[in-house]
Formats: sequence, structure tokens, C-alpha cells
Amino acid sequence: MSAAHTDDNPAKLAEQHIRPNTGDGPVMLQVSDLHMAYGAIRALHGVDLTVRQGQIVTLIGCNGAGKSTTLRSISGMCKPQRGKITLEGREILGLPSHAMVRLGMAHSPEGRGIFANLTVEENLELGAFARRDKSGIAADRERALTLFPRVRERMKQMAGTLSGGEQQMLAMARALMARPRLLLLDEPSLGLAPQIVQTIFKIIREINAAGTTVLLVEQNAHMALNIAHFGYVLEVGRIVMARPAKELAASDEVRKAYLGGH
Amino acid sequence: MKPLAEHIRAITPREAFRPVVMFVPWIVCVLVALGMHTLAPLVVDDYWVNVLRRIGVFIVAAVSLNIVNGFTGQFSMGHAGFMAIGAYIGGGVTYYGSLMLHGSVGDPSFQTHGVLLMLGGVAAAGCVAAGAGYVVGLPSLRLRGDYLAIVTLGFGEIIRVLLELTTKQLYTREEVTLGALFKLPLNGPTGFERIPGYASVFWIFLFASITCLIAYRVKQSSSGRAFLSIREDEIAARAMGVNLTKYKVRAFVLAAFFGGVAGALYAHTGVNPSPTDAGFQRSFDIIIMVVLGGLGSISGSVLAAIILIALPELLRDLQQYRLIVYALLLIIMMLVRPQGLFGVREIWDFFGKKNRPTSKEESNP
Repeated sequence: MSAAHTDDNPAKLAEQHIRPNTGDGPVMLQVSDLHMAYGAIRALHGVDLTVRQGQIVTLIGCNGAGKSTTLRSISGMCKPQRGKITLEGREILGLPSHAMVRLGMAHSPEGRGIFANLTVEENLELGAFARRDKSGIAADRERALTLFPRVRERMKQMAGTLSGGEQQMLAMARALMARPRLLLLDEPSLGLAPQIVQTIFKIIREINAAGTTVLLVEQNAHMALNIAHFGYVLEVGRIVMARPAKELAASDEVRKAYLGGH
Repeated sequence: MKPLAEHIRAITPREAFRPVVMFVPWIVCVLVALGMHTLAPLVVDDYWVNVLRRIGVFIVAAVSLNIVNGFTGQFSMGHAGFMAIGAYIGGGVTYYGSLMLHGSVGDPSFQTHGVLLMLGGVAAAGCVAAGAGYVVGLPSLRLRGDYLAIVTLGFGEIIRVLLELTTKQLYTREEVTLGALFKLPLNGPTGFERIPGYASVFWIFLFASITCLIAYRVKQSSSGRAFLSIREDEIAARAMGVNLTKYKVRAFVLAAFFGGVAGALYAHTGVNPSPTDAGFQRSFDIIIMVVLGGLGSISGSVLAAIILIALPELLRDLQQYRLIVYALLLIIMMLVRPQGLFGVREIWDFFGKKNRPTSKEESNP
């Protein structure tokens, strides 16, 4: 079974497209040989990826390629069968997801996961749940609200009454309340109007410029590659391409498969 | 070292009055209880004073269940089990305590000590029920949704069967020995008799208002936020750093504690706690109160407890039709306000400043 996988032809072919993420910063997150199956259905067949400090790294791919599963494995939401995940040199695979926040990693889950029946303010307070430093929380709240002025206007409103774009902004603002060094974003553009998507991506860039490393999972490959430093392409549970984002955006394979062939 | 005078000058009025302000809510609780105690007999007859005591007991039960079912969104169906544990522990402490210390039960000359025994029994009942809550909650709250409902449903029935297996009650001081008490002489299926009715309107409403106060404080605390986040979205709650099992168990144990308190008070209202009090029917009565009042609304639970205890009494004239009317009212309620009387909000949110608009149109000019 395992022999069949390693000798698999497409995997070999893909190797020439895979280059290591050699940036300037130290390694923030290192994922190696990650295998994950939901019962009999195998979602990941040995995923390797590196995120360096200060980068925006994006993981693109089609529906069901395993993007969200990779992200969920990193944040401890699901338990991979095999592999190794280190955050700033520290082994984190197997740690419960609630412990990740305290290690400096915040996960903004797919579908936003805002607390609909709580106010926007309460949502933000929950973002800082793992923290006890009151002055630091107040400062980060100010920072998040400066990034997302739309959220500030809605503070007393129930989060469920916000529009889709505002909910996504709230989800990101809430994730920032944990003051993460690494921010995991799962499909922030999902179901949003193109104009809002532009705004969201602009803010992701600002967040990154302010010093937060970002791992971004996206279906909108065009937008994602536009702001990212390095990109990984995931296909049926395998990394098939790994290159600096500019090169990926220019490569024929990616243009055909993910950018609409223009 | 600064001189003392400077320290005193540095104290702001806000800080100076903090110790006083801190006790105000508790004093209000005592005043509410005292007010109810003195006013109730003047306004209504003895029969309705008894109904009032029942209402108070069920306020404690409903508000505490709301912490699990309402705040945390975990569906517990065994609250009567905790109440029954509380009733038997609380009743047992008072009954056998009186028998051992005084030789008889319910003697007026022993009243003061009896009430103290009851308070000890209430505390013991809460603690034992909380312990039972921990044992039941720890394994079942790791699982999702339905399992908790099934396990807690089973828990109530197990308590009922265990209570049926207890031995005959002891009526004289000579019979009461340590060995005999270990056989749990709680009178089996017939029900535990002759527990003195020490729980006056004062005590019941003192505990009811304290329960409401604590539930309200919990709702505002960081634990409370964690409870609410679990109810809203478990995955997002985990992403915020909320340890799901820890907070679910905390909510469950807290609810079990006050469930036990409610049971202990119930035992002292002149009823004979029997094994059927642990059964599904009683659990369901409390769940209906929580759902009717609104999952997550403390004042809603209070109002629902009042309505659902008083209503059958008011409908007593309709005799055999009253259950039909009762059911009909519930069905209408579910159709008209499926979120319960107050939803997740409190009664005061409906008055005064509208700081929580419910729909987008209200806030968008």
C-alpha cells in the first residue's frame, strides 16, 4: 500500500514543481509528512509545508483537496494519523486546540464561526479569552477596530445581524484579539462580493505588515497569490506545487487549473 | 513608605465604597426573601403560601438547569435526579439529625436547631449533587449533543431505582445506629416521610434569589462567556481557546449543585420525597420551564416557573380538562414564540434603552 504511494507517478512528476520555502525569516511553522483520514476516506497523503516568520503563505486548491483539513490538523481541530507539526520549533501535534491559542496561533475557522446570538463586543471579548493582560487586550482591541472600522460601528449589535462581509471582518478582528504570532485564515473570501473580498485581502496584507505571520487557505487563487509571498498547491491530499507566489501565478499549470486559463 | 494619611487621601470614593457596594446584591436577596415572607400571608391564604413555596423551589431548579441547557446549550434531561439526591440528603440530615440529637422529629422546641440542620442539609445536598454531577458529566460531556441527553435521562432513572431499593425508615432514636444508617433507611418506594417543613417562604426565596444572583453573575463572568460561546459554536469556541470539556463540566456541576439545593428545600416543604421525584416526568417539567422562559434567560426561567406552577392551580376548577388547557397553552406558546418568553434576553432588556437591536433595519438609519 505505502510502496504504491511513493512510486506513484503523478507524485514523482510533481516533485520538479516543488521547491523549498527559503525565505529570510526563521521557520514559524513546519508541517512534515502529514497523513489524515476521516475513517476510510483519506484526506491527506503526506503534506509538507513551511511557513516562515513574517510571510503570508497561501494554500490553494480545489474543493476537497484537503486545504481545510490541513489547517484543521495544524490547529488541533482534527487528529492526523501520522506526521509532524512544529510551531516555532515546538512539537504541537496532538495538543488540544484550545491550547494552541496560548502558543500564539489563532484560527479563524471556515464559515466564519461567529457567535451569532452574542453582541459584536462580546465576540471580540471572547477572542481574548485566553489572555489575562487587561491593558494589552484594550490595546489590541483598538488596533483591531482601527483595521476594521465597520466592526466598530456595530459593537452593540448581535453578531448574527451583520452582513456576510461584516461577519468575516468580525471573525478576523476576533482572531486578532488573541494577539497571534501566526494567524490561520480559512477561506476568508467565501461567499463575499468581489468588492468586499478586495477589502478583506487588503486588510490581510496590513495585518501581515504589522508583524503577524499568515497562513491563508483560499479557493480564490488569484487574490491569494496576489498578496502571498509563497504558495502551495494542494491536489487530492498532496502538495503538487510549491513556489514563490509570483512564480505560481505566472505558471501555466496554475493559470489553467485555478486562474480560469487566462 | 508613604505616610498612612497619603494612602487614605489616595482612596477614591469608588474604591472606598466598594466593600459596601459588593454586599448590596446579597442584602437585596435577604430583603426580597423577608418581603415575601411577611407579605405573602397577608395577601394570600395558606394554600397559596404553599404554592408560593413550590414556586420558589422550582425557580431554583429551573434557573440552575438554565445554566446547562440555556447558557451552555447542553441538553441535560436528568435534573430531577439531582433534585432527588438533594431532597433525600437534605431531608435525611434534618430527619435523622433531629432524631439523634433531640430524640424526636419536628418538635417546636427544637425548631431553631432544626432550621440549622436544614441549612447544613441544604449545603450537603448541594455538594453531593455537585459530586454526582461531576461523575456523570465528565464522561458524557466529552461526547456530543444527544449522548448527554441519553446519559442524563438514564441517570435520573438510575437514581429512581436506587431510591426504591432503600430500606425501611427508622422512627425511634434507639433504632438509629451508624450501621443502620449505612443501609440507607429512606423508606424505599413509599417515600421518605415526616420531614419537618422548616423551609419557610423566607428560606426558599432567600435561596431562590441567591441562585438567580449567582446565575446572573456567572452569565457576566468569563466562565459565562465561555458557556455562551460553547452554545453558539463549539468549533469557534475551541478556536478562541475555550477548553470545551472543562467548561461544560463546570456548567454541569454548578447546575447540579443548585439542583441539589432545590431538592433539599423541596424536602422541607411538607412533602414526602419519593423515588418518582427523580423520574423523567419531573425532569421534563423543569425542562419545559427553561424552554418556555427562553434558553439562556434567567428572568424567563423565573417567570416560567411561576406560570407553570400557578397555572395548574388556577385551572383546578376545570378539573379533568386542565391538562388539555395546559398542553394547549404550551402549543400556542411554541407556535407564537418558539424562542421562549424572553429568548436569550432578560426581562429588563425589553424596557428602557434599546441597546440590543434585534434586526438590522433598526440600527441602519
